[in-house]
Amino acid sequence: MNPAPALRSLSVAMFRGFVRDRAALFFSLLFPVLFLVLFGALYNNSGTPQITVIEIGRVGVIDHAMAASHGRLGQVLTITHEASLAGALSNVRQGNADAAIRQQGDRLVVSYSVSDPTTAAVVRQIFASIVDQANVAATGHPPTYQLTDSQVESASLKPIQYITPGLLGWAIASGGAFAAATTLVGWRQNKLLRRLRLAPVRTSSIVTARIAVSVVIGIAQMFVFIGIASLPYFGLRLTAYWWMAIPVVVVGTLAFMSIGLLVGAVAKTQQAATGLANLIILPMAFLGGAFIPLAFAPQWLREVSYVMPLRYLVVGMQDVMARGDGPASVLPAIGILLAITCVLTAIAVRLFRWEEV
Amino acid sequence: MPVIRVEDIRKSYGDVRAVDGVSFEVAEGEFFGILGPNGAGKTTTLEIVEGLREPDSGEVSILGRRPWPRNQELLTRIGVQLQASSFFERLTAREQLRTFASLYGVPASRADEMLETVGLTESAATRTEKLSGGQAQRLSIACSLVHSPDVLFLDEPTGALDPQARRNLWDLLRSNAAQGRTVVLTTHHMEEAEALCQRVAIMDHGRILQTGPPAALVRELDQSVRISIESGTLSAEQARALADGAAVADDGVSLSFTTTAPAALLAALSDRNALAGLQVRGATLEDVFLHLTGREYRS
Repeated sequence: MNPAPALRSLSVAMFRGFVRDRAALFFSLLFPVLFLVLFGALYNNSGTPQITVIEIGRVGVIDHAMAASHGRLGQVLTITHEASLAGALSNVRQGNADAAIRQQGDRLVVSYSVSDPTTAAVVRQIFASIVDQANVAATGHPPTYQLTDSQVESASLKPIQYITPGLLGWAIASGGAFAAATTLVGWRQNKLLRRLRLAPVRTSSIVTARIAVSVVIGIAQMFVFIGIASLPYFGLRLTAYWWMAIPVVVVGTLAFMSIGLLVGAVAKTQQAATGLANLIILPMAFLGGAFIPLAFAPQWLREVSYVMPLRYLVVGMQDVMARGDGPASVLPAIGILLAITCVLTAIAVRLFRWEEV
Repeated sequence: MPVIRVEDIRKSYGDVRAVDGVSFEVAEGEFFGILGPNGAGKTTTLEIVEGLREPDSGEVSILGRRPWPRNQELLTRIGVQLQASSFFERLTAREQLRTFASLYGVPASRADEMLETVGLTESAATRTEKLSGGQAQRLSIACSLVHSPDVLFLDEPTGALDPQARRNLWDLLRSNAAQGRTVVLTTHHMEEAEALCQRVAIMDHGRILQTGPPAALVRELDQSVRISIESGTLSAEQARALADGAAVADDGVSLSFTTTAPAALLAALSDRNALAGLQVRGATLEDVFLHLTGREYRS
């Protein structure tokens, strides 16, 4: 029998089942988008850390440096004023301000808390450089050396460029894994799997329909994400070969559906399947660069991420969507995701059961 | 030439012999029932015949073909209805039936006709989760009939239904059987087997104990018939005189005779115009089961 009509009607049936399931729609489409909006808003304008400093009395060097920098120093430093030393130090201790500064003759005294070592180091650096510049200016000579900085990535590499592919990767990973796992377990539980076995339909048609529906959903997620992140408020700027993220989404969906198949082969109930899939996907979102951009992650996390399938989905999309890499840059990620798919599917097929026992 | 031939099939799970040497044949157009209590091995037998399970030994042929391993060509000619309502999630009754129809290459128009046949046209737009038990079961039968199969398998079709819905479904199945289809049904419901099946196999502990038309099985028992009339219609002496050896009992509501010669007794009662509140209860398949196994039938 011609398998095309069966394939089409199975796909339509599954797609209808998906769009009519409000919980599934929420968790696979709206929930990740909420995360995107939340993270996007959190990291918005946070390109450089903002440091709050209390100026006690008048500190001429600082006021002069602020004025001379034409507002650039103001992007980093927020200066507030306070008359009493005790009050200022108490504020620093309580974390209301990062440092307090006062002038004693020619000496600049910076008081900071070491509770946040990174901020403490930045505070020391900033004031050391302000003092150095003041010293150079005092000699009356122009500075011998100038420092100009530039980023290796395109100038627009704001956090949203990392967040969008990261959260999209997580959304696609959980969407694919849940779809495969719950379909398999649900159909085994309500005996639809058995019913289909007694219909003249090929197993490949059932599997292909399920994959096709999930891939369509994955690509829809991608466009929803890009659409929202590209709003001026979030400011995502896609790089030239962003469309190469589409094949990454496709193989990423396959890879995570194979994880879902494995979960579905082991789990007995849909609840157990959902729990187990969460247990796999959620830690992976933290360890695989979806929630914590690997560029900002500690070294150990970067090393751990190499064993996380999600890493290849996220990094593959980042490379072409945000970093401006060429189309061929995603090929290793695609290859690794395909290899994961093959291995896990082979294991899932061995563990597969038609029936509840 | 029988449509279904089952020869000495066996299936064990560990130490449990679920099916222990079952053989039967079903002729074309016959409505055949496999009757037995839960755990008798009916469903496993049916699953082996349908081709869902491979028997440890024995032979099955349907329409001259073997159902195991999965035979796509054969699957187009058989229809199956499972115990559970096995539907796609969140589809309406019409979508459900059309989806199944397309799996068999049957056009949507035929699916809509089938919906009409099972009386679900008014519920066409209702999601299957919202259908009543009887409606879901009718839809399930529609899904198994949509491609006009030659052979239909029904596994406990009225299992969880209330009596009214059960009778509705029997009517549906009887009208369908009239279309000359071969039907195999499993049930633990004696009344259902008597109402629907031309021939039944009584099964227990993985074996078939006896096979035959329900009425014949009952007749062969040669069991006594219980005739009761309203208490007070006859005096005790009159009753005993009429009984001619049959046991007589009067519980204040009914006067009952238990006899192996009901015809003579009924004629005598009729002569005396003593038929008020007449009830005649013959042996049933339950008595057959009791006779075969030595224990009460408990479904």
